[in-house]
Amino acid sequence: MKELRILSPTAILGYGFPMESFVEGMKRKPHVIAVDAGSTDPGPYYLGAGKSFTDPNSVKRDLEIMIPAAIEAGIPLVIGTAGGSGARPHVNLTLNIVKDIAREKKLSFKLAVIQSEFDKEFVKENLRKGNITPLKPAPQITEADIDESVHIVAQMGEEPFIEALENGADVILAGRSYDPSVFSALAIKNGFNKGLAIHLGKILECAAIAALPGSGSDCMFGYLHENDFVLEPLSPLRKCTTLSVAAHTLYEKTNPYVLPGPGGAINLHESQFEQIDDNKVRVTGSRFVPTEEYFVKLEGVKRVGYRTISCAGVKDPIMISKIDSITESVRDRVKNNFETYGIKDFFLDFKVYGRNGVMGMFPDAPHSKSDELLIIIEAVAPTQEQADTICGFARSTMLHFGYEGRIATAGNLAFPFSPSDAKMGEVFEFNVYHLMKVKDPKTLFPIEYIKF
Amino acid sequence: MQYKLTDIASVIRSKNSGPYELTFDVIFKDFETYERVKAAKIFNEKMFASLYHVSESDIIGVVHFDPAKAIKTTIVRPIPSGALGETDVYGAQQHAPLMNFTFEM
Repeated sequence: MKELRILSPTAILGYGFPMESFVEGMKRKPHVIAVDAGSTDPGPYYLGAGKSFTDPNSVKRDLEIMIPAAIEAGIPLVIGTAGGSGARPHVNLTLNIVKDIAREKKLSFKLAVIQSEFDKEFVKENLRKGNITPLKPAPQITEADIDESVHIVAQMGEEPFIEALENGADVILAGRSYDPSVFSALAIKNGFNKGLAIHLGKILECAAIAALPGSGSDCMFGYLHENDFVLEPLSPLRKCTTLSVAAHTLYEKTNPYVLPGPGGAINLHESQFEQIDDNKVRVTGSRFVPTEEYFVKLEGVKRVGYRTISCAGVKDPIMISKIDSITESVRDRVKNNFETYGIKDFFLDFKVYGRNGVMGMFPDAPHSKSDELLIIIEAVAPTQEQADTICGFARSTMLHFGYEGRIATAGNLAFPFSPSDAKMGEVFEFNVYHLMKVKDPKTLFPIEYIKF
Repeated sequence: MQYKLTDIASVIRSKNSGPYELTFDVIFKDFETYERVKAAKIFNEKMFASLYHVSESDIIGVVHFDPAKAIKTTIVRPIPSGALGETDVYGAQQHAPLMNFTFEM
């Protein structure tokens, strides 16, 4: 095999793609269609709640096009990080969509379902054996932290995908996956250079984001050869340029020269980016450097409580000039009011937009000056009811707070909504972001086959 | 001569690199200016720490990436993505201080 062709329809399953681009991709006779369905970007909630950040109808729309196209062409469709986070509930969400499509379209194919959620006892056993190290700057964990985790998933490499392909799977639906694996698995199985295959996967996982103009909802095509790979966007509106591809290599990475993943890292120190025609770029020189032992990345979240918020505007210049001391006084009043009543364990925050709302994580950075503020009062407490209580009390206290110099005595806040407070439900935080040393990367990720 | 970063860069952006890090990319308009900025070591731990009012020990790395005429700075996220106190889950709007950055070269 001299060339392996890969179609990446969209950056995230459910983000969509123009049908014209997809048809162009199928005309180029790909050997595999692959798509990444997840990310930790949307934060810890989705892994914890077992929900997807993508909409089920949008996911179904994309799969309704991809599955029949792959079956008709006789090529595999590989889906990674199902349901956005890849734990069991997320895989099941997407599995139900695949089942609906198979039934509605009367399709017959062999599906492989690969799970990536780890049993907590298994993770604790590995912690005791010294196999788990934090991915700095994440802190070290204890067995208690693991017990607190709601779901713990591990990022699989290409090995489980290769096994499913060898067993004749037409469609592979996998839990949490290292993003490039879904694109590189068939190539690595067929003996292509692993460094090039993974680097290509790293670019294809974002589909047309690496083109100019970039888009997360348009297709990208990859041609992998013995010593290079070539990228081609499938919409005539877009071009791949050496700069757009090289710049994408920076995106969301810590160091663009060394990109670590399961079992090793790709090293781009020798990579060359070359414009071969108006819209295609050739890449050479990327190498895979295996680590001495095999590590997988673990991700886990814990529940920290329930959230209620209230949004309100402020226009009064006297109030704006005193906003920091007002929020502090309101905070003290809330604390004092419920201390003896038994609600002590809560988090109360005031996000003040127009001042430091966006960059609040850098408290010493210069603040903005605005003649209008938006304040989001946020309460997080062990129960939803307590969060409602704290948020509601902070809101009413702030509304009528008699700060020094006040001349507008009717009310301090402009509420855009009635009701003014909104329940936000469960709140999660990341608490596992660690590497785990493993012996056999295949057996960790059980595969189940379903015939349609 | 005084330079303003927005005059010589075509991309200035911030984003999470995993839940525990924030990474900032500056892509320059032309290779010549990039090479001069690189040679003058304008981007370094000290400069970034003072721009964001964080400790130098929180700067994980400043990397010059020639193929993209880009400089990437990665720092410890002041809080992990989505932790209590969060204001930017994706970390995509933390780049503004760079847009006001001016320097002598």
